[in-house]
Amino acid sequence: MARETFHHKIEKNVLLMLVLALITVSIGGMVQILPLFTIESTVEKVDGMRPYSPLELAGWNIYVREGCYLCHSQQIRPFRDEVERYGHYSLAAESMYDHPFQWGSKRTGPDLARVGGKYSNEWHTAHLVNPRAVVPESVMPTYGWMKNRPLKFDDVQDHFKTLRLVGTPYTPEMIANAKADLLAQKNPEADTSGLLKRYPKAVVANFTGEAGVTEMDALIAYLQMLGTLVNFTDVKPEQLRQ
Amino acid sequence: MTESLTASRPVEYAEHTLRYFTIAAIFWGIVGMTMGVYIAAELAFPALNLGLEWTSFGRLRPVHTSAVIFAFGGNVLFATSFYCAQRTCRARVWGGEAALKFLFWGYQLFILMAASGYVMGITQGKEYAEPEWYADLWLTIVWVTYVAVFIGTLVKRTEPHIYVANWFFLGFMVTVAILHLGNNINVPVSYFGWKSYTVVSGVQSAMVQWWYGHNAVGFFLTAGFLGIMYYFVPKQAERPVYSYRLSIVHFWSLIFMYIWAGPHHLHYTSLPDWSQTLGMTFSVMLWMPSWGGMFNGIMTLSGAWDKLRTDPIVRFLVTSIAFYGMSTFEGPMMAVKPVNALSHYTDWTVGHVHSGALGWVAFVSFGALYHMVPKLWFRKQLYSLRLVSLHFWVATLGVTLYICAMWVSGIMQGLMWRDYDSLGFLQYSFVETVAAMHPFYVIRMCGGMLFVAGILIMAYNVYRTIKGDIRIEKPYVTAPAGAIAAIG
Repeated sequence: MARETFHHKIEKNVLLMLVLALITVSIGGMVQILPLFTIESTVEKVDGMRPYSPLELAGWNIYVREGCYLCHSQQIRPFRDEVERYGHYSLAAESMYDHPFQWGSKRTGPDLARVGGKYSNEWHTAHLVNPRAVVPESVMPTYGWMKNRPLKFDDVQDHFKTLRLVGTPYTPEMIANAKADLLAQKNPEADTSGLLKRYPKAVVANFTGEAGVTEMDALIAYLQMLGTLVNFTDVKPEQLRQ
Repeated sequence: MTESLTASRPVEYAEHTLRYFTIAAIFWGIVGMTMGVYIAAELAFPALNLGLEWTSFGRLRPVHTSAVIFAFGGNVLFATSFYCAQRTCRARVWGGEAALKFLFWGYQLFILMAASGYVMGITQGKEYAEPEWYADLWLTIVWVTYVAVFIGTLVKRTEPHIYVANWFFLGFMVTVAILHLGNNINVPVSYFGWKSYTVVSGVQSAMVQWWYGHNAVGFFLTAGFLGIMYYFVPKQAERPVYSYRLSIVHFWSLIFMYIWAGPHHLHYTSLPDWSQTLGMTFSVMLWMPSWGGMFNGIMTLSGAWDKLRTDPIVRFLVTSIAFYGMSTFEGPMMAVKPVNALSHYTDWTVGHVHSGALGWVAFVSFGALYHMVPKLWFRKQLYSLRLVSLHFWVATLGVTLYICAMWVSGIMQGLMWRDYDSLGFLQYSFVETVAAMHPFYVIRMCGGMLFVAGILIMAYNVYRTIKGDIRIEKPYVTAPAGAIAAIG
């Protein structure tokens, strides 16, 4: 009977019920979320991860804008079939510069965590313009309208500054050169030594063959980078222990 | 005469605006479910993406999810929570019609801000939390007002106890406030642009997002609608809640455990194992409070089981609880890591969500709306109970087709991905599994069409009820007392 008396008290006092409910629903979230910021091994220390180049970041933003994550995951699980199909299982470090993460929850299409370098730029262009031209059974929407739409990148430095504010290590040098680097990545004739020093392994190409930088150029630049940054031959198992 | 009326109804409820919420719920239900059918059709027939940016699956999918969860579900919750709170507190809404009008128009504005953004590609890229920072700020104002008005109404109550349904409504709305604030900590790129970046990144953002995402299900779509169950099932069945003590256990254990279940969306990912294991453990434990609640709801029918035959509204409500029971068993099962290894990334998850969203959330909403409409418009009865029954059967067939198609396609795709041939090579290329999905995507689309047909029947029935019409039809008759005595 004692417990009932106590609950009667709660039932008659809105404030008491509110406070107790708030405490009850807060515990789980705190236990699960807060340690992820304090336990250092949560994000593995591996070499090769770097912030996205200006063109890759523009591509990342198009990836988010078009809701690609609703049908494509970027998270390879440590199973035999997934590792054979897609490559090394995903590391937490590999999405550390994604605000927010793009792991996805559904594979209507295949995983893209390591799609970089697997297909040519021409293939990606043809595929985005009409997926069924290269994969007849595909159910992906067509993105032909993106092929020659000029990329808006006047505010790329604002994007870098905002990301720096939330922890991405963009240096003042990277911010100052952002527009030039963006243009250089699309132009194989340009001097790309600065770009490649700041963003090692960035793929430089005229991705779509279109004149000027288009939205599809940015998207393909991003896709070609995915999963290529960490050099797995140098990674030791103990580095990956979380 | 006047005196006796005043005595029987001492409080003047603020219910006019609840009519708006009711109509908006049905309207957004039709929009959201139709959008669902359309994007289901896009997956079966990709030409329907039309090659336009605004109509591609990636942009329309959040329109569907937000329209059914937040627009349909949200308007149902606004209508039912204030309907229930006023009657169980015997108090007028704090702030009266003016407060309700602000909430109504403020919330519809949020829906329009969110949906128009999605179509134009304005999104944060977080499932069920897609609206960008400007819409989030506006929703925060509306939602804090909602919580304040609801609590104000509870404070004003003339009943000594707060009724159990209101515990669930309260738990739902304050937790949703915390989740909304926690998952939308963003920095805009500029004051006048829509774009923002989430402060946390990578693995931490994954955990925060699924803490939010799972509890959008747990609190928005479960605790809130359990509030509906605890008020409308006893009212429609004319029986008291089965067990008061079970209600207490149900409420506190449910809200405590749900919050922990988020990491089961991230099994075998780069989220640390300790967190995944916690998520799995609590998800399995969650089965018990969920079934306790189901038991409490269904057993409320004790002594009134004949109403299943004679009252199609009761049929909606009871079936919704049965679906709730099924989904809350399936969920914990899918949260077990080896099962999740198969089900994750497949249509099985989509089927599971819809058995909850259509079978539980939509059915309990339909039951509550059918109960409320004649009362809100001061009509003697609904236009037609036979049409309610027709709605029930059409919708039930629709849900069944939907979830069976998704079970088959999901499990099949999961098995095909991991299948090896006798030489040790992967048996299927990815695109072969895509091609194998086609017939099930067509069946799913048909199931969705039936569900839309059902809510259209409802819209017609509600329209005629509001007009004051009563359909001439064969009434549902209760078995005569003598017959029961004879059986007894």
